[in-house]
Amino acid sequence: MSNKIQLELSQVGIDFPTPKGPFTALKDVNLKIAEGEFISLIGHSGCGKSTVLNLVAGLYQSTTGGVILEGQEVNEPGPERAVVFQNHSLLPWLSAYKNVELAVKQTQKGRSKQEIKEWVEHNLELVHMSHAADKLPSEISGGMKQRVGIARALAMEPKVLLMDEPFGALDALTRAHLQDSVMEIHAKLGNTVIMITHDVDEAVLLSDRIVMMTNGPAATIGEILPIELERPRNRIALADDTSYNHYRHEVLKFLYEKQRKVESVEDHRKQRQKNQSDLSSGRLKTGTNQE
Amino acid sequence: MSRQAAITFMSAKTKLVNFSSVKASLASAILPVLGLLVFIGLWNMLAKNIDTSLGQFPGTSAVWEQAQVLHQEHQTQQQKAEAFYERQEKRNADRVAKDPSYQPKIREFTGAPTFFDQIWTSLYTVMVGFFMASLIAVPLGIVCGLSRSAYAAINPLIQLFKPVSPLAWLPLVTMVVSAVYVSDDPMFSKSFITSATTVALCCLWPTLINTAVGVSSIEQDLVNVSKVLRLNAIQHVLKIVLPSSIPSIFTGLRLSLGIGWMVLIAAEMLAQNPGLGKFVWDEFQNGSSESLARIMVAVLTIGIIGFILDRLMLQLQKWVSWDKSTAMR
Ligand SMILES: Nc1ncnc2c1ncn2[C@@H]1O[C@H](COP(=O)(O)OP(=O)(O)OP(=O)(O)O)[C@@H](O)[C@H]1O
Ligand SMILES: [Mg+2]
Repeated sequence: MSNKIQLELSQVGIDFPTPKGPFTALKDVNLKIAEGEFISLIGHSGCGKSTVLNLVAGLYQSTTGGVILEGQEVNEPGPERAVVFQNHSLLPWLSAYKNVELAVKQTQKGRSKQEIKEWVEHNLELVHMSHAADKLPSEISGGMKQRVGIARALAMEPKVLLMDEPFGALDALTRAHLQDSVMEIHAKLGNTVIMITHDVDEAVLLSDRIVMMTNGPAATIGEILPIELERPRNRIALADDTSYNHYRHEVLKFLYEKQRKVESVEDHRKQRQKNQSDLSSGRLKTGTNQE
Repeated sequence: MSRQAAITFMSAKTKLVNFSSVKASLASAILPVLGLLVFIGLWNMLAKNIDTSLGQFPGTSAVWEQAQVLHQEHQTQQQKAEAFYERQEKRNADRVAKDPSYQPKIREFTGAPTFFDQIWTSLYTVMVGFFMASLIAVPLGIVCGLSRSAYAAINPLIQLFKPVSPLAWLPLVTMVVSAVYVSDDPMFSKSFITSATTVALCCLWPTLINTAVGVSSIEQDLVNVSKVLRLNAIQHVLKIVLPSSIPSIFTGLRLSLGIGWMVLIAAEMLAQNPGLGKFVWDEFQNGSSESLARIMVAVLTIGIIGFILDRLMLQLQKWVSWDKSTAMR
């Protein structure tokens, strides 16, 4: 990790249009990220973590402020900010290999056929998925799909890797495996990573800094916790480590004392669904198969 | 329990399992046959009691007999045609032998179309109409699904024309075709164009609507993938939109083809255009004692062909679709 600032969020704020007027999801978010840094975003459900990630990805446009990557403002999505989505979002009609290949062909136009093949295989190898390269997404497990999703993102050679709860839908064992893979890859490639998580242990284990967000509306960064643990990190050795447990405690204190959630999770889900359906109700109303 | 007893017990158990699975597969094989038999029984029973001005309503045996007669007629006609061409060839060869500068004329055999000729005509017409419609409906549906403004512009037209029976179009189509399609040596007959256009007019809507719905309900995540990869509009359609909406496009295509086939028969009856519909109408006008049985043959044929067309579409859908579960019905 160098000390050069690669990515900067400056006074970022966003309003979503809703039928009841604009809804301010984020306000005054300021963050500087150094090259090669591993950042975790943590916060209660609905506070705006995905929104931050989508802003960096260029999928959303900020209402105020802006995102600056290596001196240039981000205003559209692109492969230098590859995204690993929560639900893998592999193209279901393409094999694991083809999914990665599509990304390689699209983002690395200079490569020859042979080079493309080698690069796809290399990235599948990196996430330990070479054995299932020819399987369709429906034929592999959730953890394997997520691995392929990561391979696809890495294959774009992104400057910044964005991951939205990449392991949220996985069981604990699979998650641990993937966390180890991600640490290994990060050590090897040194990409800048921003990862959203709900898992305190995951955040402490993987991150260089944990960014903790306040509750919405008008959410912003509450505290930033630098994690100064030696790398490579070992989950078993760290379990009894005092500083590890101290960091854990800090995060938990932030989440459950300083930012205690008052509304229930159920209310939030409903509200979110409502917001989204309000927004998308302009789409075709025809429903499903007509006639 | 002794070893021997245990073995017999186990084999009895496996037999039991086998028996129930055999029973299930037997049931699935026997029940459709049973249904068919009951239908045939009822048909024959009722037929005996229906007297029409053209005689008794035909039972299975009368229909079967007419099916054979129709086949016979077709073969006779074919033989006649073969003989005709043979004679013509011989005559031309003779003329050329006498006078080498003679340009031999080939004339078409012009016998009355048989039942099988009519089947081909109808099949060909429905396919052409269906393809014309699909060529318009799929791209238009994709545009509607992608662009909310395009959909808003086209939606009123869809709502207006979808419920119109294509038979209402028929007179208009007929007049327009005879006014517009004038050529000395027409590649297609006017009646063919009229029928195919009518079929196309009603094949448009289900495909258009299902394509638009399929395209507009693509998962947002996949659209985001496309954005991150910076796919251009054409790549986006080819690599993301088309594959993910193939299942709903095919649902639309299957509906369209089914409707097109139904409409074609009616159009042929009404417009006296060659095809199975005309066959039915001609037999009805003919009014001989075999007419009803011959019409019944046509009715069954129409049903069977409709069924086969649907199965073929299903097969095609299974073949091109990644989502095997949607292609099951
Ligand atoms: N497209 C949108 N339109 C309207 N409101 C939105 C939209 N996207 C997000 N919001 C609102 O912004 C807030 C933050 O949402 P966001 O998805 O970023 O939360 P999150 O922290 O990722 O939550 P979770 O942990 O549940 O994924 C929520 O209140 C949500 O309702
Ligand atoms: Mg989220």
